[in-house]
Amino acid sequence: MDKFETFSGLVMPLDRANVDTDAIIPKQFLKSVRRTGFGPNLFDEWRYLDHGEPDQDNSRRPLNPEFVLNEPRYAGARILLARDNFGCGSSREHAVWALQDYGFRVVIAPSFADIFYNNCFKNGVLPIRLGADEVDRLFQQVQAAPDYRLTVDLQAQTVTTPGGEAYGFEVDAFRKHCLLNGLDDIALTLQHADDISSYEERRRREAPWLF
Amino acid sequence: MPGKTLYDKIWDAHAVRTEADGTTLLYIDRHLVHEVTSPQAFEGLRLAGRKPWRTDTVLAVPDHNVPTTDRHLGIEDPVSRVQVETLDSNCARYGITEFHMDDARQGIVHVIGPEQGATLPGMTIVCGDSHTSTHGAFGALAFGIGTSEVEHVLATQCLIQSKARNMLVRVNGQPGPGVTAKDIVLAIIGEIGTAGGTGYTIEFGGEAIRGLSMEGRMTVCNMAIEAGARAGLIAVDETTIEYVQGRPFAPKGDLWDQAVAAWFDLRSDDDAHFDRVVEMDAAGIVPQVTWGTSPEMVAPVDGRVPDPRDMADPVKQEAAGRALTYMGLEAGMPITQIQLDRVFIGSCTNSRIEDLRAAAAVARGRRVASTIKQAMVVPGSGLVKRQAEAEGLDAIFKAAGFEWREPGCSMCLAMNADRLEPGERCASTSNRNFEGRQGQGGRTHLVSPAMAAAAAVSGHFVDLRDLPAAADERSAV
Repeated sequence: MDKFETFSGLVMPLDRANVDTDAIIPKQFLKSVRRTGFGPNLFDEWRYLDHGEPDQDNSRRPLNPEFVLNEPRYAGARILLARDNFGCGSSREHAVWALQDYGFRVVIAPSFADIFYNNCFKNGVLPIRLGADEVDRLFQQVQAAPDYRLTVDLQAQTVTTPGGEAYGFEVDAFRKHCLLNGLDDIALTLQHADDISSYEERRRREAPWLF
Repeated sequence: MPGKTLYDKIWDAHAVRTEADGTTLLYIDRHLVHEVTSPQAFEGLRLAGRKPWRTDTVLAVPDHNVPTTDRHLGIEDPVSRVQVETLDSNCARYGITEFHMDDARQGIVHVIGPEQGATLPGMTIVCGDSHTSTHGAFGALAFGIGTSEVEHVLATQCLIQSKARNMLVRVNGQPGPGVTAKDIVLAIIGEIGTAGGTGYTIEFGGEAIRGLSMEGRMTVCNMAIEAGARAGLIAVDETTIEYVQGRPFAPKGDLWDQAVAAWFDLRSDDDAHFDRVVEMDAAGIVPQVTWGTSPEMVAPVDGRVPDPRDMADPVKQEAAGRALTYMGLEAGMPITQIQLDRVFIGSCTNSRIEDLRAAAAVARGRRVASTIKQAMVVPGSGLVKRQAEAEGLDAIFKAAGFEWREPGCSMCLAMNADRLEPGERCASTSNRNFEGRQGQGGRTHLVSPAMAAAAAVSGHFVDLRDLPAAADERSAV
């Protein structure tokens, strides 16, 4: 996994609550056995006017001009600004793979669904929870100003607006450490292989029906 | 020190190590695997040169992509077929137990786990599927994980987790006639909202929950995720033990006695602390129907489609307005005037034998309305199907004009050939009414199996409690 570095990125607002993972990446694309290539189908049903299927030439499909992702001013956005309960529903990690493949490295919302939130960290995507009022203010600013960029500093745990306003956010120390250093969870856990084995030994005595 | 909740007890028993910030390495007893969220995990394992830690904890089954008709012909869609074949080859390679598509035990992963006794009280159970919360009905800590975590569990038998907070939803009293587990859980989601349980593990308790069968408890825990909670839990009691006893993967002999003795402690202590407690009155719940595109957009069947203008919160108002447009509904119209095109009885929420019995009891002696294009029943597993056929339920459904299918996830998420066409409206016993969930442009209303069957024979939603007697019931009088 790539290290998460401080960056300044273009912001795309998606002004609706409860965006579910079915909307982020519809079911027909989950048939893939790969981790990559989901970007062109991110928000497929909102983004295109026709019905999408895997392995299509997406560049020839009719775009929905009313969907925010298709507005030229948001081309190249790396920060997604969203509303409450973003990423609810299905556990499909494909939703994060699609966001990441499209180019998003950060999602900012007042709240996230738990599984989606967790999946982000496994893929170098940073989900940031800000207060509902703060998110409101960012929505107003991004809609008012073209080329609106935010600076995200994970080390300092801040999001800074072009006007210099800095918003702090919370993140678990362990997750932050892994993201900053691009660490592989499995390798970290396997450093504790002896602990796992001794747990199993004890557990085998206490609850032998589980073995 | 206050006592422990059921969640605290299972968590503590599975903590391999805990870091200063509370991050815990949690041991996993059962890992359920299906074809959609596992291929990239197996590939990751292979690329890193790692091996599964403990293959005897893994049970695999294809369910999302499998066809529900003419199964002997195989899977027509080549992309779906590759995914199922990939599961087969990964399981063969690592020696993982898999129920293949043509196995009589094949079915929806959350139906077969309990059915086989692979789901046991006190276990930690994970699966790359959000509806893993279903297994919490057994007093097991069960939750959905992403594909990276599937790989992590395969490689280490553990997950890195932060503990959730404790919520208790207590449903007091007994529900009235025609009110099922599905109506109870939809009413709970309507009450606390689709994000109400985010960050929590929800324990469901109270007289109404205690009174449910295991099938009903599974329906309730299944939809904990629709209230935002990764896991739902119900304390172990005689009903639980009775269900588990004698199942193929359940312990036998002395081990059974030891296990049962331990399982009776799987309940929250009387003085346990819950961070949030929600009280509901079962007698106040009537059969529920969702009207929108989030499970929290739900109304009693004797109610009306709400008017967004009556909503105080501007975000809710906007979402409700958008939902009504998508659903093609008018604010203020009675729920019972909603006309349907299709009916789907199935999914990990409501495809067990008791669900099929409830639907068949309504279908019996009646006919699917002529305005309904299709009404289908998809049993949760091959064994549920066999049981239903032994009871003659298939004959009742077929005589009424329902299609009787092979087991799988089917039109709950439409990854196989079963799906809605744009604009079609469906009464569905599944768990999600999201835009496009059952097919692009499709409109889903979530209901109980009996309510779905009643809608099928009426062509529109009806209050089950007002359904006129069927022809054979009338002649019997």
